[in-house]
Amino acid sequence: MRRFSWFNATSLTLGFAFLYLPMIILVLYSFNASKLVTVWAGFSTRWYGELLQNEEFLDAAWVTLQVAVFSSTLATLLGTMAASVLVRSGRFFGRTLFSGMIYAPLVMPEVITGLSLLLLFIGIGLDRGVFTIVLAHTTFSMCYVSVVVSSRLSSFDRSLEEAALDLGCSPFEAFRLVTLPIIAPAVISGWLLAFTLSLDDLVIASFTTGPSATTLPIKIFSAVRLGVSPEINALSTIMIAIVTVGVITASLITKRAAVAQQRDEQAAIRSV
Amino acid sequence: MSQTVFAPWDDPTQKPLIQFKGVTKRFGDFTAIDNLSLDIFEQEFFALLGPSGCGKTTMMRMLAGFETPTSGTILLSGQDIAPVPPNKRAVNMMFQSYALFPHLSVWDNIAFGLRRGNSSKDEIAQRVEEMLRLTRLEKFSKRKPHQISGGQRQRVALARSLAKAPKLLLLDEPLGALDAKLRQDTQFELMDIQEKTGTTFVIVTHDQEEAMTVASRVAVMDEGRLIQVATPPEIYEAPATVYVADFIGDVNILEGKAHQAGDKVEIAWADGELPIRGTTARTFAPGQTCHFAIRPEKVTISTERPDSANVLRGKVIDIAYLGNLSTYHVRLGNGTMMKAQTANTRRLANRGITWEDDVWLSFTDTAGVLLEH
Ligand SMILES: Nc1ncnc2c1ncn2[C@@H]1O[C@H](COP(=O)(O)OP(=O)(O)O)[C@@H](O)[C@H]1O
Ligand SMILES: [Mg+2]
Repeated sequence: MRRFSWFNATSLTLGFAFLYLPMIILVLYSFNASKLVTVWAGFSTRWYGELLQNEEFLDAAWVTLQVAVFSSTLATLLGTMAASVLVRSGRFFGRTLFSGMIYAPLVMPEVITGLSLLLLFIGIGLDRGVFTIVLAHTTFSMCYVSVVVSSRLSSFDRSLEEAALDLGCSPFEAFRLVTLPIIAPAVISGWLLAFTLSLDDLVIASFTTGPSATTLPIKIFSAVRLGVSPEINALSTIMIAIVTVGVITASLITKRAAVAQQRDEQAAIRSV
Repeated sequence: MSQTVFAPWDDPTQKPLIQFKGVTKRFGDFTAIDNLSLDIFEQEFFALLGPSGCGKTTMMRMLAGFETPTSGTILLSGQDIAPVPPNKRAVNMMFQSYALFPHLSVWDNIAFGLRRGNSSKDEIAQRVEEMLRLTRLEKFSKRKPHQISGGQRQRVALARSLAKAPKLLLLDEPLGALDAKLRQDTQFELMDIQEKTGTTFVIVTHDQEEAMTVASRVAVMDEGRLIQVATPPEIYEAPATVYVADFIGDVNILEGKAHQAGDKVEIAWADGELPIRGTTARTFAPGQTCHFAIRPEKVTISTERPDSANVLRGKVIDIAYLGNLSTYHVRLGNGTMMKAQTANTRRLANRGITWEDDVWLSFTDTAGVLLEH
């Protein structure tokens, strides 16, 4: 049934071109020897070298990395906790409202999240800097973690935890020794997701940062307003690489875990 | 034969290991366990038997500590266990789903509970090896649960729950997932292990044959209440109610009016039929409605009119051939269906009775039991 059709081929090409052409151009020009962004003058990695000399970019990269690591770790902690409460606690008053509220930031315009956080930080008199960006990123990425972890937890067999309690574990030990190792793939991919989200966030970071902390996206955005430089192309290429690796790893972990789970379940069925 | 019979429930000096005292468990406004009182003694193999949804798992979960009674108390060795969390109870449970930890090897699964205590590494290793031997799993100790068969997994679950040498082991439909042959083997294995370890077992099952095979006593439950608690022969031979008689094995029930003289009773059960003659230790008011329950294997089927206390005439409607046994479905004069069972001691071809034959059914006056309801 799979016949070659010009229509299919064209739509496929157009679709992918639309998605990836800008990025391909960016990546190509990051290897351009010329200083002029629009003129191709042969292959070179010189801009990557210059990037490493650029203090401002290096500082921004360091801030971004710190923010990403801390916020994704915090978001993973909070998101996992929220997910276990919402999935396990059965029915309680306002449960639907609570789970709805956890997921609301997924669809909330970033401008609004950023603005409201800014107002909050001003309101409580918090100095804006790395710390406030970490808080802000935690807020919006924890709901992504929570979604990933709850979907895993909802298929988690509760009797495993009961068995752990039965064998003498305290509730915390049961979570640490049984639940956590089993849902670990979901937690890790949640962390990776939060990490990449934090890495490339511009809007919320701009709202919540102060003069002391500039993240890479903010740096790039402000640098581009003075004109695109090959250095920025190189930097962006590196970020594309990191994000791609992060997202692919996250989805591979999830898929592998799903396959393993399916295998376990099939083994269980076969025994019946 | 001067062997002492194991019957602590008949000995008033024995202290029960578990006591349910007026225990009620409600989920919302649904009553799962209804004012239930029950004693279970040390070293018993106690079976909870009943249809799905009658509250068996709920009772186990209350013993293990995953549910608390709405009212009433449960005592373990005389101690109220309500305030004791599940991880502090000397009770272990083998889950219906086995609930093996998928990320741990067989060895680590069995060692899991031991590691929570304060035994040394050597002690743990020794105990795990012992459990592996007991359940014949030595060869599989390195495997993960998904790398072994269903029967092996079930034995891992058993070994894991036995490893801590609990006072009380709870088994929730442990053999539900096994096929008939493996199931039977495992039943004997369970009895063997119970004897060797001296642990008190409470087993949940909805399979009456399994309960009869393994248990020292059987409790028949219905809708959160205990209908009868007795040894397997008592349950079978002297069921307390029609519900029990019907639940355990096959039975013919005839309803009629009792007319008692001493321990002899005549039951008028159908116009134009002779009354059924039976024996009972109960007393029935003259004309009281009663149910006469008789097992098919206690009904004799013959082509000639036999000489017996009770003789009924009918026609063979159906024959169920079960290999070693045949069950004849016979329609009596007034349309009542009755089952008679005979052992197939002769080859099938030599069978004297076949479909549509007119036959006589007979039984002695002590073969059946009289039940009030
Ligand atoms: N957590 C619960 N919430 C509400 N109803 C429950 C709960 N657990 C059990 N039940 C109800 O209690 C009754 C007895 O359940 P259970 O003890 O599991 O029966 P079984 O004898 O089949 O093991 C069932 O009708 C079941 O629906
Ligand atoms: Mg059950």
